[in-house]
Amino acid sequence: MAQILKGETGDWEIVIGMEVHAQITANSKLFSGASTDFGGAPNTHVSLVDAAMPGMLPVLNEMCVEQAVRTGLGLNAQINLHSEFERKNYFYPDLPQGYQISQYLHPIVGKGEIEIDLPDGSVKKIGITRLHLEQDAGKSIHDQHPTKSYVDLNRSGCALMEIVSEPDIRDADEACAYLAKLRMILRYLGTCDGNMEEGSMRADVNVSVRRPGAALGTRCEIKNVNSLKAVQMAIDYEARRQIEIIEGNGAIVQETRLWDPAKGETRSMRSKEDAHDYRYFPDPDLLPLELKHDWVGQIKETLPELPDQKKHRFMLSYGLSAYDSSVLIAEKVRADYYETVAQGCDAKLAANWVINELLGILNKDGKAITESPIGAANLGQLIARISDSTISGKIAKDVFAEMYATGQTADSIIEGKGLKQVTDTGAIEKIVDEVIAENPDNVAAYKSGKDKLFGFFVGQVMKKSQGKANPDMVNDLLKKKL
Amino acid sequence: MTNLTHLNIAQALEGLKKKEFTSVELTQAHVKATEEFRHLNAYVTETSELALKQAAESDARRAKGQVGLLEGIPLAIKDLYCTKGVRTTASSRILDNFVPPYESTVSGNLFRDGAVMLGKTSLDEFAMGSSNTTSAYGNVISPWKRNNGDNADLVPGGSSGGSSAIVAARAAMGATGTDTGGSIRQPASFTGIAGIKPTYGRCSRWGIIAFASSLDQAGPFARTVEDCALMLRSMAGYDPKDSTCADRPVPDYTAALTGNVKGLRVGIPKEYNVEGLSPEIAKLWDQGKDWLKSGGAEIVDISLPHSKYALPVYYIIAPAECSSNLARYDGIRYGVRAEGESLNDVYMNTRAQGFGDEVKRRIMIGTYVLSAGYYDAYYTKAQKIRRLIAEDFARAFEKCDVILSPTAPSAAFAIGENQDDPIKMYLNDVFTIPASLAGLPGMSVPAGLDSQGLPLGLQIIGKAWDEETVLRTGHFVETAANFTAMPQMLMKKAA
Amino acid sequence: MDKATVKKVATLARLAITEAEQEKFATQLGGILKWVEMMGEVNTDNVEPLANVVNIDLKLRPDIVNDGDIRDAVLANAPEALEGFFVVPKVVE
Ligand SMILES: [Mg+2]
Ligand SMILES: [Zn+2]
Repeated sequence: MAQILKGETGDWEIVIGMEVHAQITANSKLFSGASTDFGGAPNTHVSLVDAAMPGMLPVLNEMCVEQAVRTGLGLNAQINLHSEFERKNYFYPDLPQGYQISQYLHPIVGKGEIEIDLPDGSVKKIGITRLHLEQDAGKSIHDQHPTKSYVDLNRSGCALMEIVSEPDIRDADEACAYLAKLRMILRYLGTCDGNMEEGSMRADVNVSVRRPGAALGTRCEIKNVNSLKAVQMAIDYEARRQIEIIEGNGAIVQETRLWDPAKGETRSMRSKEDAHDYRYFPDPDLLPLELKHDWVGQIKETLPELPDQKKHRFMLSYGLSAYDSSVLIAEKVRADYYETVAQGCDAKLAANWVINELLGILNKDGKAITESPIGAANLGQLIARISDSTISGKIAKDVFAEMYATGQTADSIIEGKGLKQVTDTGAIEKIVDEVIAENPDNVAAYKSGKDKLFGFFVGQVMKKSQGKANPDMVNDLLKKKL
Repeated sequence: MTNLTHLNIAQALEGLKKKEFTSVELTQAHVKATEEFRHLNAYVTETSELALKQAAESDARRAKGQVGLLEGIPLAIKDLYCTKGVRTTASSRILDNFVPPYESTVSGNLFRDGAVMLGKTSLDEFAMGSSNTTSAYGNVISPWKRNNGDNADLVPGGSSGGSSAIVAARAAMGATGTDTGGSIRQPASFTGIAGIKPTYGRCSRWGIIAFASSLDQAGPFARTVEDCALMLRSMAGYDPKDSTCADRPVPDYTAALTGNVKGLRVGIPKEYNVEGLSPEIAKLWDQGKDWLKSGGAEIVDISLPHSKYALPVYYIIAPAECSSNLARYDGIRYGVRAEGESLNDVYMNTRAQGFGDEVKRRIMIGTYVLSAGYYDAYYTKAQKIRRLIAEDFARAFEKCDVILSPTAPSAAFAIGENQDDPIKMYLNDVFTIPASLAGLPGMSVPAGLDSQGLPLGLQIIGKAWDEETVLRTGHFVETAANFTAMPQMLMKKAA
Repeated sequence: MDKATVKKVATLARLAITEAEQEKFATQLGGILKWVEMMGEVNTDNVEPLANVVNIDLKLRPDIVNDGDIRDAVLANAPEALEGFFVVPKVVE
C-alpha cells in the first residue's frame, strides 16, 4: 500500500514521476562513428563531430533507432513512425555544441505501461509518458586542480534513451520497484546494460506532496540519484522537506535539486536557474525520422520473452508461486538456468533447489549464476535422482555440496561414493534384524506402548546403512517386525 | 604569351591540355595578380606557397596522364570552408587562430579534381552581411569604380565578397562561395561575374562553418556560366557525412549549355516589381525578357504572393539557427579565449570580444525569437510563412520552367553607405531570399551596366535539382548580354 | 525592446554587454522586431511549419566504430589542455 505520511497538520501523499536516462547499447555514438566503450583515456573516444568542431554535422546511428524502438515495444508503448530531433540550447563545458540534440515535441516512443512488483507481492501498473533519443554530455572533473576543471568528451554524443514515467508512483518502495523493473526490461531487451554505478542508467526523480486525493502539488526534480538506495533516501528526505515547508506556511519553489549522498540531503542547484529557457527548435542538420511500419513489425517479431510474460508462464506451466516466479525471472540468465534444470525433473522441486540451495550459496560466495560451478543440466540430474529414488533428499544435499566444490556430475559422485539408496528388501531386512537383536530393551519398551521409540529404530537402521537405505522400506519392515 | 589571368577556366584547361603553359605558370601569374590586388583586402589568408606546390603537383599528375576536371586551375576558397592545416576564420576574431585538422567536403572535391588554392577569401563575419563590411579583417574593396569620378571605394557585395572581388579582379579564375540568403548571387551581381547557388542539398555542408543550416549552400563564382558549370560539377555530390545532402547523380552541367531556349517558359513574378525599383534595373529586366523571347522562349506572368514576407521570415529563421550554431564558439575547445574569473565570465567575455556587432545582433534576435513566450509569434509564424513561400514557387513552376528577375535592387554601393540601419542593408537580398527559403537553385549572370558604369546582374531561379535549366538559361542571357566590361581598376592597370 | 530585455537575452546567449550597448541594441533589435511584425498580415491558420525544404529521406549510418582515436587533432586548437583534457576555470556546482 502506498505510504501516507503523517504531518503536523494531517496526512500527506507523495507523488513521484521518474525520468530515467538509459545509455543505449551500441558500438558507436548516436551521431558519430566514435566508440562508446567505457573507461578510455580522456578524449580518445571523440570524433570531430563529438567535439563540435566548426562545420561538423550529425549522422544518425540506425542501431540506436532500433534499440529505442525495441525498448518502446518492451514498454508496451506506442511507436511513433514520425519523430523529430530538436536542439536543447544551454551552455556548459561538457556540452560542446552549446546544445544537446534531443527529441521534444515529437519523440520516437509515446505512451506505454509496465507492471511493478511490490514487496507485499502485489502488482501495480505505472504509465510511461514517452521515450526519446538524445545525446549524452561529456564529463567535467572538478577535483583534479584547485582552480581548474578538466573536461573529457568521451561520453559526449553517446546515445541515451530518456524514459519518462507518469506521476503514478506513490512512495520510495514503488520508485525502487519501478527502477528495478525498468532495468530488468532493458537488460532482457539488451538495449541498456542498466549499470547504475557506471552511470549507464541514471534517474531524475520528480517529487511533490499533496493531501490524499487533492490536486498535484509543485514538484522538485532531484538529480544525481545513482542507486536504488539513493532513490529511497532522496525521496524520503525530499517529501519530508516539502511537508515541513508547506506546514510552516511556506510554498514549494519548482526547481532542480541535487542529491548529496554524503550529507543525505537534497539541495538547490543554482547553476540550473537561468538555464531553463532551452529554446528548443528542430535541428536543421537532421531531417525528420520516418520509420516503416514493417520495419517496426520485424523488430517486434524478434523481441525476447519479457519479464512479466515469463513470470506468468512460469506460474502457469510450472505451477510455481508468484513469489518463486519473480525470483527466478529477475535475471534472464537465471530464468534460463532454471528452465534448463527443470527440463529433466520435477519443476517445483527444481525451483526449490535453484532458489534455496543454489542462489543461497552463490549469494554467500558473491558469485553470479553464470559463475556457478554446477551447470544447470547437472543440477537437473541431481534432482532427477531424488525423484527416481536413487538418493534421498538428505543425501542429495551432500552430493550438491560435493558438486559445488568439485564441479563433478551428480551421477559420478553418487557412483564414486556409493551413495545409491539401498532398495533391496533382503539387505534392509538384514539390518533391521540386526538392530532388533542389538536392542532388546528398547524392543520391549516399544512393545509395551512406548511408540516414540519407533524413530530410534529408524535412526539406527539408517545409521547402519550409512543413510542409503530407502526410508519408506525401512519404515515398512520395522513396523512388520516389531 | 597571352595574359594568363584573363583566361577563363575553360580556356585555361584547353591551354594546359595543349601544353601552352603549365599550372605552375598559370598559378604564378595569379600569385602575382594577388600581390597587385592586395589592396582589395580580398584574402584573410593568402596561400601562395601552397598554391605553387599544388600547381607543381598538378603538372606532375598531368605529365603522368592523370587529369582531373579542374586540373591545375588556381581558385580562391571562401574562408568559411575549413581547410586542413590552413587557418580558417569565418572572418571572425573568435576563430583568429583556428587551424582545422580536416578539409571540408566541397573544397576537398575541388582538390580531388586538381584545383589549386590561392588563399582564403574574406567574408562578412560568419557570412552575416551583404557588403563584406562586417569582417574582423577589414572591408573588402570591389575592383569596380563609379564613372562619376568620386573614386569611392565600393562594396563587393556579401557575404562572399572576397571571392567575388578577387574573381572580378582576374586574380583568381574562380572561387567558392556560400549562399544563405543571396551571398553568392548578390556579390556576383555587384562585381559583374557569374555565380550559382545550387539546390539546397546539392553540395555537402560538411566542413563549411554553419551560419543558418537549413539555408546554407555552397556554390561557385566564375567569370562565365560555363566556368560555374565546370566548378559546380566538382563541388556537388552526395556526402554521407551531411544528412541533408541528396544522394543524386551529378550531371555534366557543361552539357546543358546548349544555347537553345526555344519553348522555354520563363516566369516573371509580378511581386518582384517592387515599389521603388530603379528604372535602370527595371529596364535591364525587360531587356532580359526580350533576349529570351527572341531566342524562342515564352514569357509567362506568374505570381509569388508571399514574396513580400520573405525578408522578415528570413530574418527570424536565419538568426534563430545562427544563435544555436554559434553557441559552440565558447573559447573551450578552439578559438580565442578571453580571460574571466569564472567559467561564465570566460563565456561572456570570449563571445563579447570575439563576435562583431552584426553577429551579436543576429544571435540576440535568434535567442529572443526562440525563447519562451515569443517562439510561436515569431519562429513558428516564420516557419509557416516559409511553407507558403515554398508553395508559391511550386505553384509557379507548374506554369514555367525558370524564373527571371533582377539579382539585387541596386548596383554596388559605397563602403559606409547603408551602414546606419540594419534593415536597409537587409533589403539588398529582397530578390534572392525567397528562393533560398524554398531551397531552389538560383544564379546571377552579369547582364549590363548602370548609368554609373557599375555591373548589374539578372537572376535565374529554377526548380529543385534543375540546375541544368538554370545554367542553360544563364548561359543564353550571358551570350545575349555579351557583357565585356572590366573593372576600372583592371583597365587602369592595362593602360 | 527595452534594455532589460536586451540584457536578459544577452545573458542567455552568453554575451557580456555594456550599458551603452544595451541602449544601442535595444533600438536596433526593437526596429527589427517591429519590421518583422508585418508577418502578422499573413493568415497562417492550418499551415504546418516548414523546418526543412530538402525532399529527401533521412539516411541512417550503420553502427560501426570508424572514428575517434584522434586526441591530438581534437585538442590541437584548445586554448588550454592538460593531460589529455580540455581545461576550464573551475566550475562550482
Ligand atoms: Mg530531464
Ligand atoms: Zn534528458
